[in-house]
Amino acid sequence: MSKQMTGAKMVIQALKDQGVEVVFGYPGGAVLPIYDELFLQNDIRHILVRHEQGAVHMAEGYARSTGKPGVALVTSGPGATNAVTGLTDALMDSIPIVVLTGQVPTFMIGTDGFQEADTVGITRPCTKMNWLVKDTAKLSETIHQAFHVATHGRPGPVLIDIPKDVQFATSDYVPVEKAKVAHYQPRTEGDPAQIARLVEMMETAERPIFYTGGGVINSGPRASQLLRELANETGFPVTSTLMGLGAYPASGRNWVGMLGMHGLYEANLAMHGCDLMINIGARFDDRITGRVKDFSPRSKKAHIDIDPSSINKVIRVDVPIVGDVTKVLEEVLRQWRARGSRTDKAALAKWWKQIDEWRAVKCLSYKPSTTTIKPQYALERLEALTKGMDRYICTEVGQHQMWAAQFLGFEDPNRWMTSGGLGTMGYGLPASIGVQIAHPKALVINVAGEASWLMNMQEMGTAMQFRAPVKQFILNNERLGMVRQWQELLHGERYSSSWSESLPDFVKLAEAFGCKGIQCKDPKDLDDAIMEMIRYDGPVIFDCLVEKHENCFPMIPSGKPHNEMLLGEADTQGVIGAKGAVLV
Amino acid sequence: MSALNIKKGSSSHSAYDLRATNSEIEETHTLAVIVENEPGVLARVIGLFSGRGYNIDSLTVAEVDHTGHRSRITIVTRGTPAVIDQIEAQLSRMVPVHEVHDLTMEGPSVQRELALLKVAGTGAARVEALQLAEIFRANVVDSTLESFVFEMTGTPDKIDAFAELMRPLGLLEIARTGVAGLKRGV
Repeated sequence: MSKQMTGAKMVIQALKDQGVEVVFGYPGGAVLPIYDELFLQNDIRHILVRHEQGAVHMAEGYARSTGKPGVALVTSGPGATNAVTGLTDALMDSIPIVVLTGQVPTFMIGTDGFQEADTVGITRPCTKMNWLVKDTAKLSETIHQAFHVATHGRPGPVLIDIPKDVQFATSDYVPVEKAKVAHYQPRTEGDPAQIARLVEMMETAERPIFYTGGGVINSGPRASQLLRELANETGFPVTSTLMGLGAYPASGRNWVGMLGMHGLYEANLAMHGCDLMINIGARFDDRITGRVKDFSPRSKKAHIDIDPSSINKVIRVDVPIVGDVTKVLEEVLRQWRARGSRTDKAALAKWWKQIDEWRAVKCLSYKPSTTTIKPQYALERLEALTKGMDRYICTEVGQHQMWAAQFLGFEDPNRWMTSGGLGTMGYGLPASIGVQIAHPKALVINVAGEASWLMNMQEMGTAMQFRAPVKQFILNNERLGMVRQWQELLHGERYSSSWSESLPDFVKLAEAFGCKGIQCKDPKDLDDAIMEMIRYDGPVIFDCLVEKHENCFPMIPSGKPHNEMLLGEADTQGVIGAKGAVLV
Repeated sequence: MSALNIKKGSSSHSAYDLRATNSEIEETHTLAVIVENEPGVLARVIGLFSGRGYNIDSLTVAEVDHTGHRSRITIVTRGTPAVIDQIEAQLSRMVPVHEVHDLTMEGPSVQRELALLKVAGTGAARVEALQLAEIFRANVVDSTLESFVFEMTGTPDKIDAFAELMRPLGLLEIARTGVAGLKRGV
């Protein structure tokens, strides 16, 4: 029993059948038939964005905070090209999103038609998979396949390009259960023999560490639960990448903090000094490894990843385990428990003593001030005043992002949305709207820098229109802070174009959008101002004027290994040589 | 940039390791990749190689299963063992890729390439070219009073050797298909 319908109707039907509730999009000539069908139904909510990049970041925020794929709908040509940054962002951070683009009619493809772009060509390197559908008969099945690909294996963005005549033409609708998806079934079960090797190593390890990443979050809430069980039962310390924060709770007994370029001293030294590193769903990114040659030189390394190409890409590992984190951790726990839940307790106690000594360095300490708001202080207060609330945090990219990762504590997965791999300035504001649409009652805060925030500030209009009470917490130092920091450290303090001039008055800007603006510059007023932001029922732009020249520490300078961290200003003289200067 | 002595294309391991510290020797491998024959799949495979800085020495592609819509791409590539492993893993995870075989690693294989060579000349050189063609078992597929087109099939080395011999005898043009390969036995 097949149902005949137009391609445009098929799109809506397929989205419904995939359980889609919200689409973030922007109409245009080549998607008008789909917008017509959206108009004629009430099941799927459409969020009209102000720029297509915003739509894709919103879909990402939605996906990351719910675990479900996010959907964006944009027109041909400029609509599609504006989506490219978001697609690349989702590819780098393994976020499942489905982007639908309109295309000029099939008979016009290749004629340089109005608003024509080679969308599948342009987006091929920044999608997990993409399709140009030239036949309405294949449209519904392709959409189902797209959802399957986006959410199976290592998640990622997919794109379906739909010419306008395909939207108008009529054909049979293929329901979800009849769509062929068999040929893409990535392996999810880890090899039990490799897992057995890991378990044996865990039993005798003297200085073990769990190095966890976004893969734990992507694997679903069960993976975080299993990680907690494993860490608590073994007593091994846990560190995480930027992407993995929240998988293990910040208040957990075994938490040693985030690692990496701006990670904690104790976390990085524990990585450097460990004898067994268990990588769970992380990918040895260059922000993590520092100088590869000197990365954790004395450890045996195990790597659990669903993507075989992540294994041995950067760091050779001793125990490769290809599989889904949830399934692998289940098997690790099962085998380890079956063998008597053994660890070397005496050695572990010594290891923890060493970690506590590193902790005593208090690497996050900063010089407090009674006259200016230190960015670290602003985040400490934000943390103190929002702790325990139903809270979601997004960020833009730069110093504020690193401070947010250092000073905010995440207790659960899916609560932290930040552009990790691509480092997309302008991500946070739209992402926060996507999160808020998915969680209307929650407190959604975007910790931003003023420069990043301006990149997609038009989306405040979207927040207003759809009553998304997102809180934009802008740490305003009137500088491109991270660029400035690097120029100070390795370009002889020549601050080339790294200050924000002609900034808008953010309070007036808020008024112009019809939302609330708050400015705060005195540390004494900060708590009240933050509470005012939280209590306000609607979007807030919070202009927090902070110390202009604060640098973000600790820092592993370019080209250095973990044990050569900088802890503060005094350490910074001449640390980055010519070799380090070429790195980003 | 030259003062920093950065080798082009040597950044495959990490941004923190731009100079090639890995002194492992590059190997040549022949990969057979079975893909869904759908639009864009070749662009996707080639894009992987260019995007990640891998080498392609030769590439051939054709549909080999018309009912199943499967194409076979044969790629000859160069790299250290780690890079070759990475290429295989990157190919394998692509959605339209069904199988990846490293013919160089999977035991003995047959590898052949077809070449057409146009050689112009008269007198002794022309006779010499024809005699050499016979030794190399190349066929004459076109002949004028001033030229031959030879067709030959063989390993790339054999074709290289024949082309070298033809060069002083008036080699004008050469067209090569790239390597196609199959594993020996079953």
